[in-house]
Amino acid sequence: MTLLDINGLKTYYRADNGWVRATDDVSLSIDRGETVGLVGESGSGKTTLAKSIIRLLSDNAEIVDGSINFDGTEVTELSDKELRKQIRWSEISMIPQNAMNGFDPVYTVGQQIVQVIRHHEDGTSKKEARERARSLFDELGIEPDRVDDYPHQFSGGMAQRAMIALALALSPSLVLADEPTTALDVVIQDRILDTIKEMQEELNSAMIMITHDMSVVSETCDRIAVVYGGRIVEIADTETIITNPRHPYTLGLRNAFPDINDDDQELISIPGTPPELVDPGEGCRFAPRCPFAEQECWEETPEAESYGDGHAVECHRADEIDHLQEEAGKKETWTEQDLGRPEDSQSDQPEEVMLDD
Amino acid sequence: MSTERTSPTDRTETDGGTLEFIRSKLEIFEGDRLGQIGLGILCSFILIGIFARPYTIDFLNLTIPGLAPHDPAERAVGGRLESPSGAHPLGTTHMGRDVLSQLIAGTRVTLIVGSLAAFMAVFIGTNVGLISAYFGGWVDDVLMRITDIVYGVPFLPFAIVLVAILGSSIVNIIVAIVLILWRSTARVIRAQVLSHKQRPYVESAQAIGASHTRIMYRHILPNVLPLTFLYAAFAVAWAVIAEASLSFLGFGDPNMLSWGEMIYNVYTANAIREAWWWVFPPGICIMLFVMSVFFIGRTLEKEVNPELQHQ
Repeated sequence: MTLLDINGLKTYYRADNGWVRATDDVSLSIDRGETVGLVGESGSGKTTLAKSIIRLLSDNAEIVDGSINFDGTEVTELSDKELRKQIRWSEISMIPQNAMNGFDPVYTVGQQIVQVIRHHEDGTSKKEARERARSLFDELGIEPDRVDDYPHQFSGGMAQRAMIALALALSPSLVLADEPTTALDVVIQDRILDTIKEMQEELNSAMIMITHDMSVVSETCDRIAVVYGGRIVEIADTETIITNPRHPYTLGLRNAFPDINDDDQELISIPGTPPELVDPGEGCRFAPRCPFAEQECWEETPEAESYGDGHAVECHRADEIDHLQEEAGKKETWTEQDLGRPEDSQSDQPEEVMLDD
Repeated sequence: MSTERTSPTDRTETDGGTLEFIRSKLEIFEGDRLGQIGLGILCSFILIGIFARPYTIDFLNLTIPGLAPHDPAERAVGGRLESPSGAHPLGTTHMGRDVLSQLIAGTRVTLIVGSLAAFMAVFIGTNVGLISAYFGGWVDDVLMRITDIVYGVPFLPFAIVLVAILGSSIVNIIVAIVLILWRSTARVIRAQVLSHKQRPYVESAQAIGASHTRIMYRHILPNVLPLTFLYAAFAVAWAVIAEASLSFLGFGDPNMLSWGEMIYNVYTANAIREAWWWVFPPGICIMLFVMSVFFIGRTLEKEVNPELQHQ
């Protein structure tokens, strides 16, 4: 059953030199209880996409076009008050990137959880809310007495757990986790991810997990959406993305992460930098960095094409997958490419002249 | 990494009551000699101010005696311009009034003007700064331009004109002080809120569904409150000086004798050269009071600016 349906979403930021198209024509739907990973480089628009869902955007951002349907409610059309009362936290909550700063330093963590519960559920007594905070702490493996501590008295991992407690306090049906484990070391990371998974299954909440870490998503997510330059370039179930990706960018991402079974694997990075998103114009946004880019890629924005079973790819050459996969595994493919638009004399001259010849 | 609690016992009890709360707030004065001196002087002034004049509680038929040995306005309790003696420790005025009594009674005016003007100025300034920074855009523009205009108004001419028009009463003097004094608090609080507005906890609060008022007053305000207290302390000092200046220039409330007005009286009586016992005590009191407030402000500043703690 579909919980969240995003259709053709465009969220732009106003900048001095035009619109920054941080999210450009993105469609994504999420079922109840499902976990979807958003993977991509910094600045690819993952966070903007997630924040658009609860309209938590900065003043210079605007949802220009598209619809966000959450459980039958059109989020883009809600007033601020409706949004606050109906959607935010009670239905969609968020685990921010840095939990330590996500708490208000002047209140104890317990007070903040109590505030949240009482703010959204009228008639809950302070005592009840406090009891719930304590039991949440207990479930997340924090000593319940620590609800009376201030955020700065928590270690990084504990603060993150406490933030998860806060995010799940109202049993939301969707949780947006914005790189919930980036600030933590690997051991804690693993435990936190386990905790999130457990709690999520218990509450049957759906989750959007934003990260740039392939290993995190492959461990936790049912489906993965690869985000590049403000667009979802490839989306499929986790298995497919890991074993059988079709987009050159996904191939490149996969190369950049170590495989534990492969002893002499050499990590290959994708050359170049993420694209400038101010009025990017036509053409595939990955073309400047793509070793397989052809003339067509520069001129026409690829449409999403389906390759069965919810696997959609935005690439002109996705059909030649066997060839691409083979080539992408070689280091030379990525290192020996010419970055930038290929020189071709044809496009420099007007076409009529060519015909006259 | 961060502080892990070592044992469960070193937590302060949350329901320890108000006494515990006050004690925890006074902790910043620990080991800070100047702050303690300031607090001591201020507390003595407050006590003197409260018990300056006798209180009569009618239904108990009880009179608590005042600290002032004589009625400060009563004439000829001693000779004219008597130098200090056992009967009149600080001598008498040209009308034979008791200087010590006047000094003690004047404490009240100082306290009233200092606390009321500072509280109101800081209240206005904090709200202006908070609203201005939080909403930004045209709200910010309008409020900050008003602040700019107020910055351009010189205090004394403004206060003199205002008091001349509205009449010299203590209320009008306080109004004049407040109308000028709020500007610096507004500026500083605005700058601080601008920085806090960008912090992740504010975004969390938004995501949680908190309204603007809630975010402003429940989340951002407590975080800038230490700065507000610091400016309140300085505002008290400034207000007292301003009141003294106005009174010295003859624009004080004729019904409420303040320290500044005492000096004005010495001046108009042409007694400054001879009656040192009349002119020094109010001057020293003004200085002591302002100094004590600045000492306290200095201690509060440490709370706001942790770098000072290590010096």
